[in-house]
Formats: sequence, structure tokens, C-alpha cells
Amino acid sequence: MTSLVLSTATRFLLPLMLLFSLFLLLRGHNDPGGGFVGGLVAATGFVLYALAYGVEAAQRVLRVHPRVLIAIGLLCALGSGALACMSGQPFLTGLWSGYEIPVLGKVGTPLVFDVGVYVMVVGVTLLIIFSLAEE
Amino acid sequence: MTILPVLPVVIPLTVAAVSLLAWRWRALQRWLGLAGTMALFGTVLWLFAVVWRDGVQVTQLGNWPAPFGITFVADLFSAIMLLLAGLMGVVVVLYSLASISPAHEAFGYYPLLQILLAGVCGAFLTGDIFNLYVWFEVMLIASFVLLALGGERPQLEGAVKYVTLNLISSTFFLTAVGILYGITGTLNLADLSRVLSSEPQPDLTLTVAMLFLVAFGIKAAVFPLFFWLPAAYHTPPVAVTALFSGLLTKVGVYASMRVFTLLFMPQGNSIRLLLLLIAGLTMVTGVLGAVAQNEFRRLLSFHIVSQIGYLLMGLGLFTPPALTGAIFFMAHVIVAKAALFLVSGITYRLTGTYELKKLGGLSHTYPGLALLFLLPAFSLAGIPPLSGFWAKLILIRAGLGAEHYVIVATALAVSILTLFSMTKIWTEVFWKEYPEQGPSPASSVPLWSVPVRLALFFPTAVLAACSVMMGLAVEPCLAVAQRAAEQLLHPAAYVQAVLGRLP
Repeated sequence: MTSLVLSTATRFLLPLMLLFSLFLLLRGHNDPGGGFVGGLVAATGFVLYALAYGVEAAQRVLRVHPRVLIAIGLLCALGSGALACMSGQPFLTGLWSGYEIPVLGKVGTPLVFDVGVYVMVVGVTLLIIFSLAEE
Repeated sequence: MTILPVLPVVIPLTVAAVSLLAWRWRALQRWLGLAGTMALFGTVLWLFAVVWRDGVQVTQLGNWPAPFGITFVADLFSAIMLLLAGLMGVVVVLYSLASISPAHEAFGYYPLLQILLAGVCGAFLTGDIFNLYVWFEVMLIASFVLLALGGERPQLEGAVKYVTLNLISSTFFLTAVGILYGITGTLNLADLSRVLSSEPQPDLTLTVAMLFLVAFGIKAAVFPLFFWLPAAYHTPPVAVTALFSGLLTKVGVYASMRVFTLLFMPQGNSIRLLLLLIAGLTMVTGVLGAVAQNEFRRLLSFHIVSQIGYLLMGLGLFTPPALTGAIFFMAHVIVAKAALFLVSGITYRLTGTYELKKLGGLSHTYPGLALLFLLPAFSLAGIPPLSGFWAKLILIRAGLGAEHYVIVATALAVSILTLFSMTKIWTEVFWKEYPEQGPSPASSVPLWSVPVRLALFFPTAVLAACSVMMGLAVEPCLAVAQRAAEQLLHPAAYVQAVLGRLP
């Protein structure tokens, strides 16, 4: 199934959705949003691409296998928790750098954790949907 | 060391993530799995030593104080269960090295094993009832995949029953947690214990207790909710069955022991009687099912159900010796049952069948294997001086002490039937002559290389040896179980360690 409207629109929608997902990710610490929704939105972008151009094309655009994303996300989240342990605080305690970076805002391990969640959600969702679509 | 109670979860998750990155390098996955479980075992040994020396260990995750954040608590009971989980992890991975097919490895067998272990350890450690639910789900999802991996027809049939019933159980669990939160406004187990004992609400509490009983009952496979277990457990590879038999149902029992001792037992005479009734029926139906079976692994699966009854009996009696017995029994049955499953796997490798009718004569050709079967089997049946004898002795004495003679008689009768079905396996598989014409399997068996033999026999021997050792060194083991039971019976120390003040 190829639709000209869908494939043309997808080319613009994928970057927009990825951008929006990053916005959700960064906004999420105190406001609605966060790694989980952000990851879902990003995954939706790739799913749309898969609908328009096929699963193989979507996998090419993604560049890495979703499985790798799961692993990296998990390691990110665990690592952000373990950082606190190294400074003698309980696992997953938030450590803040104290600097304000434009766009990102306050930077600390919770952001790393959220990025981990984001990456992992993208990986899990895409792995499920790509596997089902390939059947 | 605030990190110590978290490590048993972090280690397997990290290993799982790294194994995912090493997806194509199967050999690396295998060694990672082995190294990971060994590290886990080392950590839980360390944790056990610390808990034994210094008492309950607590970590407030994210440094959020107790009733608000998630707490990880390791008391002695948790530490014992973690120790057993770590042991099972090492043993099963070793056994898998020689017995898991490349097709299973290609679909992520080793990472899944690690995630299952992380879920089990998380369930043993968490001090928050909603978090307990989450770890249950982690464990269940990993076990669904491990069960269905391979995709053979009976496997999928078993998996469908298993998944359906466990989803129902999760719904019950979640409902109960919701109501409990509605009554008390807290999810922290220690805080719940404090609130429920200071402002008792008998009616609602009883409702919640029954919901928990159903939820954990399905997961622990008690009467009348056990039928998913014999339908599912004989289908996956033996290493998986051994791990499931050792850990999954026991997590259900652990959860009911934890939740009931902390929250509901102090008020509940009726709950105790109900538990005893269920315990008796579970023992009897399990063992009767086992007696009727003629397939090695199905027979053992029914015995899992029957043994769960003994654990519930300990909980239902709710006296110090009874809980001591239940904890000792838990360690005994995990070790002995897993050993028997591993033996069934080796006989399958030797003969190509699990059907008792088609097996025979293995005691002549493989006396070592016969011994490896005999020790855990007799232990399970309760022959002195093996671990099962002491476990049952303590439980039965506790039953006599509490004057619950019906359950004591049931336990004794079931013991005899257990012995009967173990001797049935013994005569069919090991003693009788090989039934079919032609060469006996011994001559047609391929010569196994030394590493394969080591990977199959060494873990089995370790488990059998553990069972013997627990029987011979019963004094120190009992001392540990006794202290764990004391902590369960007097939750004040647990509550104080978590909340930082006296209840």
C-alpha cells in the first residue's frame, strides 16, 4: 500500500514528531511529559514512517536495531541511579550539577534517567511493532 | 552500605542489558550469564552475612523518606530467599550451558533469565506493596517468554493457561492494593502494618486479605487454583522448569508470608483456619495428581503443588516453630525439587523420553545418576537424615503443639504418598529392566565431552549435596530459620528499620 499523501506528509511529520518528543522529554521534570510519553511519541513517528515506506525503510532510518536501544536505555537509567551510590547516597538519588543550561534547564541525573526511559521506550515499542509488522 | 540491598536487582538488569548488546555473540552471552549469576550469588551471600550480623538492612530509593518513596528492605527471611534465588541462578545457568538449544539462545534465553532473576530478587526485597506488584509483573513477563520460547504446540497450550490465570491473579492483586490504599492511604508495607494495627477495620481488612489470598494463591498454585502449573511446567526445557519450580511459585508463597505476617495475621483467626484448610487440600490434591501420572516431569510438577501445601501449613499455624519449619521447608523444597528436575533432564538426554513406561535399567548403567535422583527424592519424601525429614518433623511437631491434629494427619499421609510416587519413579526409571527390545540406551548414548558432562552433573550434584548438607547440619540451618521466623512474628523491628521510629 503506497499513498502519495501519506509518504509526502511523513517526510515532514517524522522530524516534527521527533522534535516534539524531545520537547516532551525535557519539559517532563515538573510539568506533564517526560521520558515515557516522549519515547512513545518518537516511536509513533517511526511507526508512521514504517506505514508509509515499509518496515525495512523505517529500520534503515532508525540506523540501530531497537534491541540496542533497549539495552542502552536500560544502562542509562541504571547508570544514573548508580552515580548517586558512588557519592554515598541511596540508589537513584537525584544529583544536580547546579548549572542552568539554556534549553535544557537544570541538569542532573534525573535527566539522564529520563533519557534512558525515553530511549528504552522507543526501543521496546519499535521492537514490538516491527516484529508484528514483519509477520 | 546503602547500595547493598539494591545490588541483587541491579546486577541481573545490567547483565541483561549488556547481553542484549552482545546479541550476536552467543558464547559471550553464555559467559556473561554465568558471570552475572555468580556475581549475584556472591552479592546475596554478602547481603546475608550483613543481615545476619547487623539486622534488617534498608535503602530508601532516591532518598525519599519511608512512607512516601519506595523502600528496599532485606530482613533475614528476604536474605534467605535471595540466597536461594542466587543459588538457583548459578545452577540453572550452568546446566543451560550444556542443555539449551541454539534456537533458544537466538531468541534471548540468557537475557530473559537475568530479567527473571531481577524480578524475583526485586519481589524479595521490596518493602512497598505496589512495587511488589511491579516486580511480580517483571518476573511474569520474563517467565511467559521463557515458557513459550520454542513455540511447540504443548508449550503454547501450557503458556496460554499460565498467562491467562496469572493475568487474572494480577488483577486481583491490583484490586486488593487499590482497596488497601483506599482504607489506609499508604502503600509502604511497614506503614501499612502500623496503620492496620493501630486502627483496625476488620471487615474491609478481611476482604482485602481474601483478595490477596486469591492473587497469591494463583501464583503459588494452591488448591483450587493450581491447575495451570501441571499444564505448563512440563513443556519448556528442563533448565527453565527447574528455575520455575525453584522460584516462581515460591515467590507467591513468599509474598503471602510477607503480607499476611505483616498485615493480617495479628487479627485473623478465621484467616488461619482457612489457610490450614487450603494447605491440607493442596497437599492432598497435589500428591493424588502425582500418583496418577506416568510422565517424569508431570509427576514432579504435581509434587510442587503438594509441597506448597506444607509451606501454607506453616503459615496457617502461625506459631514460632511452624514458621521456622515453613522457612526451612522452603529452602529444602527449592533445592530438592530443582535437583529432581535436573535429573529428569539428564535421563531425557540419555534415553530420549520422559515416559516412565519406556524408561528402565538406568541404575545399572548410570549408578551415579541413580544416586543423584535418590538423594533429593528421599529427601522430598522425608527420609532421615535428609533435609526433608527435618523440615516435615518441625512442621508436624508445630502442628501437634498447636493442637491442629487434622492437618498433622494429612501431612503424614501425604508424606507416605510422596514416598510412594518417588519409589514409583525409582522402580520405573532406575530399577526395572529396560522395557523394549534391542540395545539398551546405554550403548546408543553418544559419548559426552567432559565439559558437557560437567555442566549437566555438577549443578545437579551441588543441589543434591545441599539437600544432604541441610539434613546433616540441621542445627545451624534451623538457627537461621528460627531467627527469620522471629523477625516475621514480631514485625516491630521491620517497621522500625523502615520508618526509622517505633510503631
